[in-house]
Amino acid sequence: MAITTTKSYYWRGFRDGSPFIVMAVPFGMLFGVLATEAGLSVVQTMSFSATVFAGAAQFTALHLLNDNAPTIVAILSALAVNLRVAMYSASLTPYLGAAPLWQRVFAAYFTIDQSYACSMMQFEKDPKMRVSERIRYFFGVVSPLTPAWLVATYLGAVVGTRIPESWGLDFALPITFLAMIGPMLRTTAHVVAALVAIVVALLSTTVPFNLGLLIAGCAGMMAGARCEVILERRRAAT
Amino acid sequence: MKTLDPTTIWIVIASLAIGSYALRFVFIGFVGGRAMPDWLLRHLRYTAAAIIPAMVAPLVVWPSATDGKPDIAHVSAACMALAVGYITKNVISGILAGAATLYGLLYLVG
Repeated sequence: MAITTTKSYYWRGFRDGSPFIVMAVPFGMLFGVLATEAGLSVVQTMSFSATVFAGAAQFTALHLLNDNAPTIVAILSALAVNLRVAMYSASLTPYLGAAPLWQRVFAAYFTIDQSYACSMMQFEKDPKMRVSERIRYFFGVVSPLTPAWLVATYLGAVVGTRIPESWGLDFALPITFLAMIGPMLRTTAHVVAALVAIVVALLSTTVPFNLGLLIAGCAGMMAGARCEVILERRRAAT
Repeated sequence: MKTLDPTTIWIVIASLAIGSYALRFVFIGFVGGRAMPDWLLRHLRYTAAAIIPAMVAPLVVWPSATDGKPDIAHVSAACMALAVGYITKNVISGILAGAATLYGLLYLVG
């Protein structure tokens, strides 16, 4: 029987991260194209994608700069869009917090929607994983995505390549994340958390700076936690 | 459209790079291996199940491809990806089911 080694956790992460290339590439290309159209040099565009490393925040900043918004408004709005990564950081801490500091320094940089979602699914499914194995898995997920994102940005910036809208790849993001939500809904409390978050998210789309997402996320988390407590009490009572 | 001056652009890039990194590092870096209170851990167990659906839901109901008009192909594809992912517990099956539904319906409905 095959023994799961630490090394194979890296490759499992790599495999789980690979499907996201389908969304990272068009997204990265589009950023490259729009950034250069807005007047950023190739060096600036690449620095942007490499150091900020957060698609949605980058698009927000670019859009506001184009609209002649004050610099500080562009910065703060983009950071608001990115606030969710602080929640990811908190949520990953029980799993990765015991890793050496230098590993956490890199893990922080690579905390994105994809690495977070894949890791949480894997860590919950396999609670016996050691911290070193979780770290391997986490870096495995971002290994195919980081080069894809950077190369795509470069192609967009230099060649102006875009994926035609008729391919429908803009919907790759919702589909991929939805397919991941399924396996995450392990208990009634998880289902309640998701449903509450969806309803609040749909009701709060008019809240500025994408803060509706945070409100919805917090509402869902509170609902899930509350549901867990109620279910535990009921189980204890019977 | 005014041309953006390079200094402004560099200020924005540097601020966002530092700010984004700080947001990512704050818990995993500073809390690290220290124990967190039970109530917080209980909430964090539901972060993924709450925030990912919240991020996706508006994109499904008001898809960018139709300029934000709700549309049967996108909603069906989304439901299919979720349902197949839930039943099979297999992400790839969910993605393929969603993609097949989207392309199938876009082809049929036009």
